[in-house]
Amino acid sequence: MATRTTRANRTARKNKQPLFDGADWTFDTLRVVYDAIEEVARKDLELDFYTNQIEIISSEQMLDAYSSIGMPLMYRHWSFGKHFVSNEVHYRKGAMGLAYEIVINSDPCISYCMEENTMAMQTLVMAHAAFGHNHFFKTNHLFRQWTDAAGILDYLEYARGFIARCEERHGVSEVERVIDAAHALMPHGVFRYRRPRSPSLREERERRKERREYEEQTVSYLWSTVPGSEHSAKADAEMRERKRELHLPEENLLYFLEHYSPVLRPWQREVLRIIRNIAQYFYPQKQTKLMNEGCATFVHFHIVNALHEKGLITDGALLEILHSHTNVIFQPDFDDPRFSGINPYALGFAMMRDIQRICQTPEEEDREWFPDIAGSKDWKGVLKEAWANYRDESFIQQFLSPAVIRQFHMFAVSDNADDPYYTVTGIHDERGFRKVREVFAQNHDLSTLEPYIQVVDVDLLGDRQLKLQHTRRNGISLDEEQKESTIAHLRTLWGYEVKMEEVAA
Amino acid sequence: MGHFVDRRLNPKDKSLGNRRRFLKRVRSHVKKAVDEAVRTRGIADTDSGEEVVVPADSIAEPSFRHSRKAGRRDYASTGNKSYQAGDKIKKPPSGEGGDGGKEGSDSGEGEDDFLFVLSRDEFLDLFFEDMELPNLVKRGLKQIEVTKPFRAGFSITGSPSNINVERTMRNALGRRLALKRPKDLEVRALREEIFKMEKISKPTQEQRLELSVLHELLEDLLRRQKVISYIDPLDVRYNYFEMRPEPRERAVMFCLMDVSASMGEREKDLAKRFFVLLHLFLSRRYKSVDLVFVRHTHNAKEVDEETFFYARETGGTVVSTALVEARQIIEDRYPASEWNIYIAQASDGENYSGDSKKCVQILNEELMKDCQYFAYVEIVDEAEAEFLNSEENGIELWREYRRVAGRWPNFAMKRIARPGDIYPVFRELFAKKTAEDNGH
Repeated sequence: MATRTTRANRTARKNKQPLFDGADWTFDTLRVVYDAIEEVARKDLELDFYTNQIEIISSEQMLDAYSSIGMPLMYRHWSFGKHFVSNEVHYRKGAMGLAYEIVINSDPCISYCMEENTMAMQTLVMAHAAFGHNHFFKTNHLFRQWTDAAGILDYLEYARGFIARCEERHGVSEVERVIDAAHALMPHGVFRYRRPRSPSLREERERRKERREYEEQTVSYLWSTVPGSEHSAKADAEMRERKRELHLPEENLLYFLEHYSPVLRPWQREVLRIIRNIAQYFYPQKQTKLMNEGCATFVHFHIVNALHEKGLITDGALLEILHSHTNVIFQPDFDDPRFSGINPYALGFAMMRDIQRICQTPEEEDREWFPDIAGSKDWKGVLKEAWANYRDESFIQQFLSPAVIRQFHMFAVSDNADDPYYTVTGIHDERGFRKVREVFAQNHDLSTLEPYIQVVDVDLLGDRQLKLQHTRRNGISLDEEQKESTIAHLRTLWGYEVKMEEVAA
Repeated sequence: MGHFVDRRLNPKDKSLGNRRRFLKRVRSHVKKAVDEAVRTRGIADTDSGEEVVVPADSIAEPSFRHSRKAGRRDYASTGNKSYQAGDKIKKPPSGEGGDGGKEGSDSGEGEDDFLFVLSRDEFLDLFFEDMELPNLVKRGLKQIEVTKPFRAGFSITGSPSNINVERTMRNALGRRLALKRPKDLEVRALREEIFKMEKISKPTQEQRLELSVLHELLEDLLRRQKVISYIDPLDVRYNYFEMRPEPRERAVMFCLMDVSASMGEREKDLAKRFFVLLHLFLSRRYKSVDLVFVRHTHNAKEVDEETFFYARETGGTVVSTALVEARQIIEDRYPASEWNIYIAQASDGENYSGDSKKCVQILNEELMKDCQYFAYVEIVDEAEAEFLNSEENGIELWREYRRVAGRWPNFAMKRIARPGDIYPVFRELFAKKTAEDNGH
């Protein structure tokens, strides 16, 4: 760190020329700085990352990228247009700044940097995205297990082409209807616990062909001529049988509809599959927001300081970077008008810096809370192990230390809808640490944040009513209005009656 | 290794398709906003486009979400000042959107109405949607044809300006390869070799022999280069254009406006707004429509656009002078046999006593049979508008014009009392009348 500069470093700085001076950047300076960053990342931090592809884009293009959930290519849909116009209005009014970069979990890892950035900012952005995020994407177990970095761009290209062809063949509004419905179910279009093997692009195409051939060979109203079951005595056994056949209960609604909906045509099933795959691709990002940003912020902070110590960037550039860095990790208090929840950059960065501190200069309390790592000196190893094997919820559960809880003055409150008061259940004191940590971890657990909904039964040979079940946790029910309109979408895809029951956990 | 890619020159507006889809989806709201805009401001200053507010629920993207109104949940937050465990904090009265340690975890987007800005082009497109100059292709248009050049392949003759370089060079290259024309590089290499040999002051017998062989070789190469030209007239190709006839709409629009003293600022303003709208509409829809501006007091004058809209003049009111002037211009420049003629007239209805009869005469006997469509707009007081709520009532000019309207189906007249009327009246006058046309 800059404050811990040794005399040796200080002399080194005098001997070295800074890599750049002033605000303007050129591709040559970018390359030189990139190489310097890469050396720190590889030799010092020993990061593991995909090959980088850094693309310079203009602010308009950044707005474009924003509206298609950050992906460089996306199928067309009005909702992206909606996000685009709303972002545009905010941006033009000055209410919103654009991100300095967007990074994509792909191999090679693509980061977009804005042309407006100064050279100092480009340095920060490269260290942050091209090395911090990149390392996280490549090593974190969720990403490794659930996403195909190498295939995602091809897949999106395929998805866009496929949906465009569907629009040509079946009309824009027909395709829009299916996408609208599928988007509504997107949060429930992911596998949380198992992952089916993902087919390659070629296999995808072949499967689609097979489906079409199958469709041509079979007559769809065959279904309606099958005689219904006569005896209700066997009903129970039958229900068990069909549940087994349909792999019920099933929590991935889009998967279930894709495979078992009685009314969808093959192209519609394929559209559902595409949207389901995209939802699955983003699922790890939703679970690791704090870790991912924390990792990237920690990495850029370490790298720019290392560059400064080596004398490769000027004091001015460092100050500019730190200014930006400080803004990014700003955490307003709960009663501040700027407060909008926990800033994942702030907490992630603070926790990772704290891990570094615990490893290097632990105090008595740390030895008690983290006997494994306190004083181990190997902070790089500990951090890399954490980056690879945790997600937000488990990371907080494992590593949120009393020191950080104190630093942020954290507290936990309990909110009962019937009670006119919130109750404070824990603060940053000896008795409250564990409670705060537990609540905090829970707040980052997607499985408690998102409603738990399953398909529990469907009688394909009978009235074909689709039965869903929402499991209420802590008495939290679904938003009625949203529920009704989402079920309307579900009905479009299922084609028959859809029922939702809510049960207590 | 990192790769750098400069994407700044890539096409932007990747979202344009999405934006169009979105606009289509919120069409009804957009149209309402456009109507509202015209009611409240002049169309001439539409440079900025228009803000559109769409209620959030019509473009909602629903999903299963947790209700905020039920159940028990725990939050963790930051910045504790004085709370101790067990403290009770009063909830903010509204219940929703409170910031008492609440985390906006699953609310996603705000529930506010959605606001965005239409670009000028999008605005005008919607603004003039479904409007058409009536009867535009009725008369004599099929005969009027313009010939236009169209690309039609390549030819071996043509003017030098039409040479297709790529084709020509490709042919030349093929021919040179086929006939084995020596390359300039070969010749140069050989020359250099000869030059080197010649520099040797006392060449041996062998070297002399070699030199003479080289000389012969060079001569041969040069000869072949001369015989086989680099570009032969045979190689040359020209872009070929075919002249194709194209039917063209020839139409002229006359804008007649009363600018006399009886037209107060308000009346003039309304009339101008009407014409500005008309002008915008015409210049947007029809690239080939001529515009003629005539303004009159007690005498009429043809003026340019700028003068028509912005210059001031005062005097008495003789409406017929404008019609006479229009007729004169038609005679001079726009023979009715070749042009579709449209006339729009705006006035406050005041006229020199007895002149209205003359107007009717001119219209009945000359103008109406020559023109495709005549639109008359009368600017009236708001108080008057109440009073004159029936089409039958009116002062002299209006009453006389009613007779014309009764006789000629292509004569239309409307009243305008406030800026809000302009757009509806305008739409009425120029709405696509397909059903009616088919009926005739």
